[in-house]
Amino acid sequence: MPALLAAMSPAPDRHRTARFEACFLPHLDAAWNLARWLARSDADAEDALQESMLRALRYFDSFNGENPRVWLLAIVRNTTWTLIAKKPGQGVHESLDEDLHLLVDGGPTPEAIALVASDIAVLQSALDTLPAPLREIVVLRELEGFSYKEIATITSLKIGTVMSRLARARERLAAELVRSPLEVSP
Amino acid sequence: MNCHDALLVQAYLDDELDAAQSLEVARHMEACERCGTYYRRLEATRGAMSHPQLRYQAPAYLRASILPAAPRTSAMTRRRPPAWGLALAASFLALAAIGSFGLLRGTGPRQDAMVAEAISGHMRSMQINHLIDVVSTDQHTVKPWFDGKLDFSPEVTDLAAEGFPLAGGRMDVLQGRSVAALVYRHRLHVINLYQWPAAGSTEPAATAADGYNSVSWTEGGMAFIAVSNVAPDALDAFVAAFRGRNSLRNESKR
Repeated sequence: MPALLAAMSPAPDRHRTARFEACFLPHLDAAWNLARWLARSDADAEDALQESMLRALRYFDSFNGENPRVWLLAIVRNTTWTLIAKKPGQGVHESLDEDLHLLVDGGPTPEAIALVASDIAVLQSALDTLPAPLREIVVLRELEGFSYKEIATITSLKIGTVMSRLARARERLAAELVRSPLEVSP
Repeated sequence: MNCHDALLVQAYLDDELDAAQSLEVARHMEACERCGTYYRRLEATRGAMSHPQLRYQAPAYLRASILPAAPRTSAMTRRRPPAWGLALAASFLALAAIGSFGLLRGTGPRQDAMVAEAISGHMRSMQINHLIDVVSTDQHTVKPWFDGKLDFSPEVTDLAAEGFPLAGGRMDVLQGRSVAALVYRHRLHVINLYQWPAAGSTEPAATAADGYNSVSWTEGGMAFIAVSNVAPDALDAFVAAFRGRNSLRNESKR
């Protein structure tokens, strides 16, 4: 496969490409992780990431140099959703009731959750089955460690929405984790 | 507890509150069993989702397909140094980084170029599956491995006791010169320590570029550059630990 960025850049642009690489290659794993969790398949994630890197290179001049990881992941997030939305049968914009009804009481005990905490298959399937708008928040917060404010920037959501989605996502995750059929019930 | 409180408890868990708010929530949870239970459930859920295997790693072929051709080719031929092509490509990268970012501060242009190349080398070592040629946590395995591959004998010290276990070593090339690269780990991070013979003595000088930190210094006939994405104070601690061990050993040799 031809090297994508090299092919994109004619000789006079090598300087720019080198700067681009220095800025964003350290964040390639973060970009891939987000694309892969949103797309839920290697092939789609790969298309999304290739397209994202091309877009990032195209808009590189508008990057203010502040937080390359946030800037890149905002592009990856939007590009991946756009790509997935074009695929037939993919309901990206799953309707999400934004009203906050948390099950503050009830829900699984911390001990029950801890029992499956090392079972990677259970964890993966729990995250995979979250609705897309909740899944992206969990990936950005738990797997990438972004702050609420950074997540709000990446997703163009209000901080309040980020917080309530995160709470609901965690609630559903907790329920999903202990409901797992892989778990042997006593 | 209402939903507003729930979001406060969550924000406490995520370290998003200021000191006064944190104190208030912590106090409240001591008294309120419901909030305490909610907190522990959130904490358990977050603990479960922190499993390192949940995070997908970019496949090597994808990295390669996104990287420009030059560094990729040179890195793949790195086993037979010194390829002048690599030196050329790497110094091109280094020059580009210095010229366009102006981020590198150091003792002089040559030192800057060396540091920039060390950072490029660190990045390549993370991108291509070529971090380590000799895998060993034992300094007495790593040090002899370099014999005959280099025209000098590198200083190899395990720093596991200080929180920086030795993971192995490899050959690398900086500015056309064969150098030893020792690989240390610090939690989930990798520290590359480059070294080669050099005269004189300079105190450690820190540099930051593109999310990587580096510290370079010269002593005891060797030049050193440590590169990593660990926090600057962790890298300083690493350098201090390495220098401490080395000076002890050099004194005992006398």
